[in-house]
Order: sequence, then C-alpha cells, then structure tokens
Amino acid sequence: MLILYILTGILLLFSACFNLKKTFMALKIAWKKLINILPAFILTMIAVSIVLHFVPDTFISKSLQGGNKYLSSALASVLGSIVLMPGFVAYPLCGVLLKKGVSYMTISAFSVTLMMVGVLTLPIEKEYFGIKVALIRNIISFLIAVIISLAAGIIYREIF
Amino acid sequence: MKKNILKFIIIGIYGLFLAYSFIFNNKHGIEIGKNFYLYMIEMIKVLPSAFILIGLFEVWIKKETVEKHMGSGSVFSGFIWAILLAGTTVGGLLTSFPVAVSLYKKGAKLSVIFCYISSSAICRIPMAVFEASFLGLKFTLIRLMISIPLVIISSILLGNYFEKKEFKIINN
Repeated sequence: MLILYILTGILLLFSACFNLKKTFMALKIAWKKLINILPAFILTMIAVSIVLHFVPDTFISKSLQGGNKYLSSALASVLGSIVLMPGFVAYPLCGVLLKKGVSYMTISAFSVTLMMVGVLTLPIEKEYFGIKVALIRNIISFLIAVIISLAAGIIYREIF
Repeated sequence: MKKNILKFIIIGIYGLFLAYSFIFNNKHGIEIGKNFYLYMIEMIKVLPSAFILIGLFEVWIKKETVEKHMGSGSVFSGFIWAILLAGTTVGGLLTSFPVAVSLYKKGAKLSVIFCYISSSAICRIPMAVFEASFLGLKFTLIRLMISIPLVIISSILLGNYFEKKEFKIINN
C-alpha cells in the first residue's frame, strides 16, 4: 500500500514538473470521479457490513466443510459471489480450510467467485456500465468460476 | 444529484441506526458499525491514489496510443496489454471499473475492456503471490492457466455481442 502512494507521489511530482496546469486538471478529474462514485460506494460498504454480520467467517468455514464435495462447492460459489472480502482475509481462511481437509474444488469455487463475482458491488458496477452489462458480466464470471472449480477437482483427483 | 437522493436517504437511515446502536448499546448495530468502519478504511486507503492515477492517465496518455494498442485495429496485443495492466491494478474489481471507463474513453475496444476487468479480478500479481503462499504455487498456476484463456474467450464473445448491439459506455 505504501508503494502505491510513493508511486502516485512520484508520478504527480513528475507531472507537475512538466506541466502544472495538466497536473491540476488530473487532480480535478480524480476528485470529480471520486465524488461521483462515493454514494454508490458507501451504499455497497453498508450492504457489506450488514451481510458480513449475518454471514461471519465462522459460518463460511462451517459451510465449506460439509461432507458432500459437490454440495459444499455449490454453496462455496454462492457464498463467494455474495460476500466481499479482501485477499488478506480470504486466502489465510482458505489456507486454514485446506489444512482441515476441504477440497481444492471447494476452495477454488469460493476464492474465484469471491474475486470475480460481486453481487454486493452490483450498484457500483451498474453505475459505470449499466445494469445489463453488469449482470451479464457477473453471470459469465460465475460460470468461469464453476469451470475452474471443476477443473481443479479433476486435476487434484478429487472427482472422477 | 437527483438520482442520488435515494442513496442519501438510505445512508442517512443507516447512520441513524448506527448512532442509535452505539447510544443504546445494540450489539448487532455495533458489530455492523465495526464492519463498516473496517471495510471503509480498507477502501479509503486505496481509492484516492487510484483515482489520482486515473486522472494522470486521462491527462497524459494520448488517445492514439491506447487506440493503437487496445483499439479495434489491434488483434491480440490488446488482450496482452489488458492482462499486464490488470496484473498491476490494486484493489481488484472495484478499482478496475473506473480504469476501464477511462481506457474505453481513450479508444480501447469493448472486448479488451472486459478482459481487463476480469483479469484485474484474477490476475493481480501481488494477490497471486499471496494466494500461492497460502494455497501452494501449483494451485495458483493451475488456476491462472485455466482462467486466462477462459477470460480471453469470454471477453471476445461479450465484446462482439455488445459491439453488435452498438452498446456505449456513457458514464462520466
């Protein structure tokens, strides 16, 4: 995260050295875009805060440890689509579950939908691309996640 | 502003609910408030510099440059650029949306835009390193090798579909 700010700072400085006017314009664009999307953003964070309260980590790890691989993978892909979690929370959780014997198929179903599918972030996505694109993109991403999960299951000899 | 009124009302109600919860010690409300705070902080860390970078991009990068490498004339290079750019995107899907809009405005074609969005969900380099350290390098490599072709194929299909419908991204 620090690297990101150092990089941004250096680029800004460079930009300012070459053309002060353009740099101010860039900052203005940045500010306008940020303000435009902020309401949708806060709304999403509100949804996340509520959903995470009712679907805590403990619930997720319990559901992913179910006996039936197919069933828990299906559940994992649904949970992954809904929940929003930063990688530094999600991957350690997946690592722990893996050690507890959860299949790679289930783990990938969860982690890939978590990254690619965002039901809670739909309001933001809709704001940028319209509802139709947002919906279709999410559905296709879900299908990709299912394929990856099945492939992982086959490669790790968990199914077939 | 008008279309945001409903959003502000919901945000207001939520704020009142949190205030009520903290004053009257409602356990659920306090938990939800803590969740909100945690995730908001996480986002506030990334957003300002992400948007400043987008601003700099819009001001400095010439339209012709993007058009040439990611536009309708480019065949495969657009996808490679999209994946490489996505690899260095911070924040994942959420920050990829505004970047995608900027790329589109500079002349990138729709299929490349879709490829960029999906790739920034699954091909971010820092995230892949993190994933490999918890789930093993083998898993990460398998996942990348299966997902990248799928992402490219689906992006081409999606891009063609919306191109045919003469879809345009009109937002800011």
